[in-house]
Amino acid sequence: MQSLGLEVLFKGKNFERLMGGMWTALRISLISIAISMVLGLLLGFLMSRGNRFVRGLMRCYLEFVHIMPQMVLLFLVFFGTSKAFGWNLSGELSSVIVFSLWGTAEMSDLVRGAVTSVPKIQYESAMALGMTQGQVNLHVILPQAVRRLIPQSINLITRMIKTTSLVLMIGVVEILKVAQQIIEANRKASPNAAFGVYLTVFLMYFLLCWPVSLLAKRLEKRWG
Amino acid sequence: MNWSYIQEVLPLFGKAALLTVRIGLIGILFAILVGLLCSLIRQLKIPVLRTVVSVYIELSRNTPLLIQLFFIYYGLPKIGIRTSAEACGVAGLAFLGGSYMAEAFRSGLEAVGKIQHESALSLGLTGVQTFRYVILPQAFAISVPALVANVIFLLKETSVFSAISLMDLMFTAKDQIGLYYNTTECLFLLVAFYLVILLPVSLLGSLLERRVRHAEFGT
Repeated sequence: MQSLGLEVLFKGKNFERLMGGMWTALRISLISIAISMVLGLLLGFLMSRGNRFVRGLMRCYLEFVHIMPQMVLLFLVFFGTSKAFGWNLSGELSSVIVFSLWGTAEMSDLVRGAVTSVPKIQYESAMALGMTQGQVNLHVILPQAVRRLIPQSINLITRMIKTTSLVLMIGVVEILKVAQQIIEANRKASPNAAFGVYLTVFLMYFLLCWPVSLLAKRLEKRWG
Repeated sequence: MNWSYIQEVLPLFGKAALLTVRIGLIGILFAILVGLLCSLIRQLKIPVLRTVVSVYIELSRNTPLLIQLFFIYYGLPKIGIRTSAEACGVAGLAFLGGSYMAEAFRSGLEAVGKIQHESALSLGLTGVQTFRYVILPQAFAISVPALVANVIFLLKETSVFSAISLMDLMFTAKDQIGLYYNTTECLFLLVAFYLVILLPVSLLGSLLERRVRHAEFGT
């Protein structure tokens, strides 16, 4: 049985360093998630109500962000802004900007979908019962929309956590970079380290995202 | 914008785009096959394989493609599984996409009401006929939007292939930026080429969605 390279993890502070890298990636995604949730809610409501001009503008933004791979967006912000405006954004800041832009687009689309999924008759019945516009929104539309929205936004969170792994490509020192460093440093002592270390990284991402997506699935089943 | 430079590198980007499309399409094809196989195993409730499929789906859906590719490309050779970068790209896409496709098929199959099955049987159709003429067309129609979304998602995911040194669009753009610092031109070409690849797919997808909506009637 040849070595699987797992022993590298127990040498020195290697495992701690991996966890540190994971935290860097997670921090970027948590900040972007927080920003996207707030902005996405606002924009989503704007889109399902607002006037034609706002909607048209939003549509363009949404379609562009939807159709471009996140890597391209990262490149646009990371390389593009330094050339166009002379800004020297750090990799971490660029990725927060990109993932917030992307997350906001996805979130606002979810909000719009959730609001428009409430059947029109609910709205009309509530009006017929003499409720004001505000009351209808608060007591009738919102509770129904939220039930649909919460599982979907939890799913979006796992997608954002997974997508954050891309920041490696613009030079942020996150978990994959740390993994590469550990493998390089132990090239002589354990040549098979790549297997064990990348497997560990794989499992770490899995253990991070799996419980969250299980939660989303359960909520979906309960409220669906 | 330096147009003569753009003209000069256009063939380079074209070649890279072809690589992206080729690997993307082969990967998606395999993903669909894996997805079909998984949903078949689930549908027939084959004992052990069923558990394997569930584990696979959870593993693949809850990890990023980049990590999967790193494991396949750098990790697996250490235990003797050696493949080319292109094969790794296809394998990664199939591994990731298979579970998404399986979920799309499953949601389609589940959405067909039980009454459809029962009615077909009471009309005297055999089990196979019921599946072929009643369940499958409806299930397919219901899963089309999800399938289209998956295809676009997987095509977009191909952008991480540069990490395993495949000369795709991202790789070419980064390379050119590093060599000549023509950032504006390269980013412009990058966006343009991805639009050329992805827009038609997206438009065709929505066209297809409108064509196959027959399952929505009579429910």
